[in-house]
Amino acid sequence: MTPLYMAFLGGGLLCLIGQLIMDLTKANITPGHILVGYISIGAVLSGLGLYQPLVDAVGAGATIPLSGFGHLLVQGTLKAVESKGLLGAFSGGVEAAAAGITCAIVFGYVAAVLFNPRD
Amino acid sequence: MNVDAKQMKKIEMQEYQNLVDQIKPKPDILKNSVWAFMVGGLICGFAQVLVNYLLSLGMSRTDAGSAVSCIMIFLAAFFTGIGVYDELGKRAGAGSIVPITGFANAIVASAMEFKREGYIFGVGARIFSVAGPTLVFGFAVAVVVGLIKVFLSS
Repeated sequence: MTPLYMAFLGGGLLCLIGQLIMDLTKANITPGHILVGYISIGAVLSGLGLYQPLVDAVGAGATIPLSGFGHLLVQGTLKAVESKGLLGAFSGGVEAAAAGITCAIVFGYVAAVLFNPRD
Repeated sequence: MNVDAKQMKKIEMQEYQNLVDQIKPKPDILKNSVWAFMVGGLICGFAQVLVNYLLSLGMSRTDAGSAVSCIMIFLAAFFTGIGVYDELGKRAGAGSIVPITGFANAIVASAMEFKREGYIFGVGARIFSVAGPTLVFGFAVAVVVGLIKVFLSS
């Protein structure tokens, strides 16, 4: 089991990097850009085999940031390619991330319907 | 427009941009960084508590990870709904954007704004205004990595 302080440190550092990207670059970086950037970079690092060591070290500190979601997609894809070949390249990612994606859509929809934005 | 006028316009725009950069408040980098680190760390630390609890119940690592993602997404959707998450986001910045809770927040916040356009093509469509691009790039990289593996192992 990953100790708590490692998850805290890992997650904190990944968020700190995002904050520095937003504050130190001149371009207007929106939260959307951060999300897209993190999932893409996480997926690429995972494909290169560089993200798993981070997950081993800081646990939820690396899986909860959105880069961990990219890692999940890629690892699911790679596992499915081993067992199913070419079909796995297209099915494995969503299979691994199914619960998260479904929860995000269903809980997101319900919350958006039930609550109203405050002005 | 002749070349001179174009040149003038370009210089004017450059001057305007410089002026904007001067007046725009500089972000307090140290304060923002501390906030992002603390809030992001606390969110991930809380998730780790949940993961460790589920593992102690005998759940597999994969299932525990999925379940905790679902719990975090549920909580973020709820706290976005009651308006708390966005208040936190004003201070925490990337600390509340980078974790998966920020993904759920982006979904609910953008969907909620478009309720007046209806529940199907308002809320239903706007759910994906931020989640869509995120998933597109996530899937695209995953498929490319998968195809490279297929290619290398054949």
